[in-house]
Amino acid sequence: MIALGAHAEFIIAAYVGVFAGLAGLIGWTVFTTRQTKRRLEELGDTRSNSSAQ
Amino acid sequence: MSGFLSVLSREIRLSLRGGGEILTLVLFFVIVGAVVPFAVGPDKALLARIAPGIVWIAAFLAMLLGLEKLFGPDRADGTLALYRLADIPLSAVVAAKVMAHWLTAALPLILASPALALLLAMDGETFWRTVLSLLLGTPALAGFGAIGAAVTVATRRGSLLAPILIAPLSVPVLIFGVGAISASGGPDQAQAAALLLAALSLMVVVLSPFAAALAIDWGED
Amino acid sequence: MTIDTTPKMSWWNRLSHPGQFVVQTRPLVLPLAVLTGVLFVIGLWYGLFSSPPEKYMGDTVRIMYVHVPTAWLSQFVYATMAVSALGTLVWRHPMADVSMKAAAPLGATFTAMALFTGSLWGRPTWGTFWEWDGRMTSTLVLLFIYLGIVALWRAFDDQLRAARVVAVFTLVGAVNIPIIKFSVDWWSTLHQPASVFRADGPTMPGEILTPLFVMFFAFTFLFITLQLAAMHTEVRRRRITTLERRAARGDAR
Repeated sequence: MIALGAHAEFIIAAYVGVFAGLAGLIGWTVFTTRQTKRRLEELGDTRSNSSAQ
Repeated sequence: MSGFLSVLSREIRLSLRGGGEILTLVLFFVIVGAVVPFAVGPDKALLARIAPGIVWIAAFLAMLLGLEKLFGPDRADGTLALYRLADIPLSAVVAAKVMAHWLTAALPLILASPALALLLAMDGETFWRTVLSLLLGTPALAGFGAIGAAVTVATRRGSLLAPILIAPLSVPVLIFGVGAISASGGPDQAQAAALLLAALSLMVVVLSPFAAALAIDWGED
Repeated sequence: MTIDTTPKMSWWNRLSHPGQFVVQTRPLVLPLAVLTGVLFVIGLWYGLFSSPPEKYMGDTVRIMYVHVPTAWLSQFVYATMAVSALGTLVWRHPMADVSMKAAAPLGATFTAMALFTGSLWGRPTWGTFWEWDGRMTSTLVLLFIYLGIVALWRAFDDQLRAARVVAVFTLVGAVNIPIIKFSVDWWSTLHQPASVFRADGPTMPGEILTPLFVMFFAFTFLFITLQLAAMHTEVRRRRITTLERRAARGDAR
């Protein structure tokens, strides 16, 4: 890691905050995708299964 | 035109008959302004400096209060559905309602503003500029209010949602409204703010009935 | 001799069928995700290790590599929503509804990130986390508009009805945002005659522009990827609602 100078804590906080936010956003997207797929399978949907292939 | 006038007179009659609703609104406006000195202290110089902001905030809040009854009761009793089928376009009905809303919710506040001016130690010149800026700016608030009320009329929690939606849109009205009163930027800036406020009001009053009518029309089935 | 009379579907019409939209665009998600990941790795390497500190701001310039892309996205996502709103109102394109709904939470998140990084940049540069500066204030107002739109979506049960109402409000917001921006700028210069800072001060040297550009594209592609994934999810969610309703009817019969 390089030295970040006098204001290292602000730079680290900014990067950590943004990437935590992005991770949350990606995680949420993946979670809702999985959730809706599972629910569709439970309901026995034929259309979206065929379209998934 | 006769349809427009009959909607307008119906709205005004309804709110005059509404059991002192206008009086309650005025009371709310004055009380919000009168509470501020208790929070910031009775320092007359400070109060005189922040008085324009207080008057505008009080007017803004008071106009948000009346929004619920703009379209809510009409939707509940089916009048709104009849308006959609009426001969005159829905946007004309909404325009009449916006005008009635301004006459019953904004004009009384402006008439009551001398009371606040006295309590907040405004000088005469500032008071007249306040009246002018309220006259110029409240039509824009009424127009934004109509949009907010129309967008939320078909929802369940509309009464809480409308102020949240309108407040960010009303930022320019508050900025130019207070800017037209306070002399901090010199007379040139205050005049520019008053003109911008008038332009904003004209634009909002002309465009908001169409937007609100569209939202009502498409929010129903 | 037979004449083929079946109407040929244009790509536009094909995309207007939700199921077809998912089929057509699903192959794009994985390559986009990989591209985004690669861009982020390159951008972070340039931004944190390879680029030198700036002459005046020192190392705090590195916050810019995450601040400028999020600030750009906060406006780009609103533009996406406004175009989608036009698609809903003018062409009644079914996917425009879905795009509008998917973009709102993404835009709110990016706007919040822009404010967060902006205030962390402001503390070392201006000496305060929050300055009522024109740019920050209008971004804050934009965040409120985003959150209002998200709340409006959630207030409706029927999402098709919600789409048209939200579209009207989104366009009202789009007309208003330039006015808000102008009024806030007017207001902040009135109250602070001396300009506090200039972001685009002297011309930026190349070693700062490179990571900025890479991060800019990384964030933009991330938004496109997430937007597509969220749209697919929303299409599936609507399908679930239809199926659940059908199941409920079947049980009652």
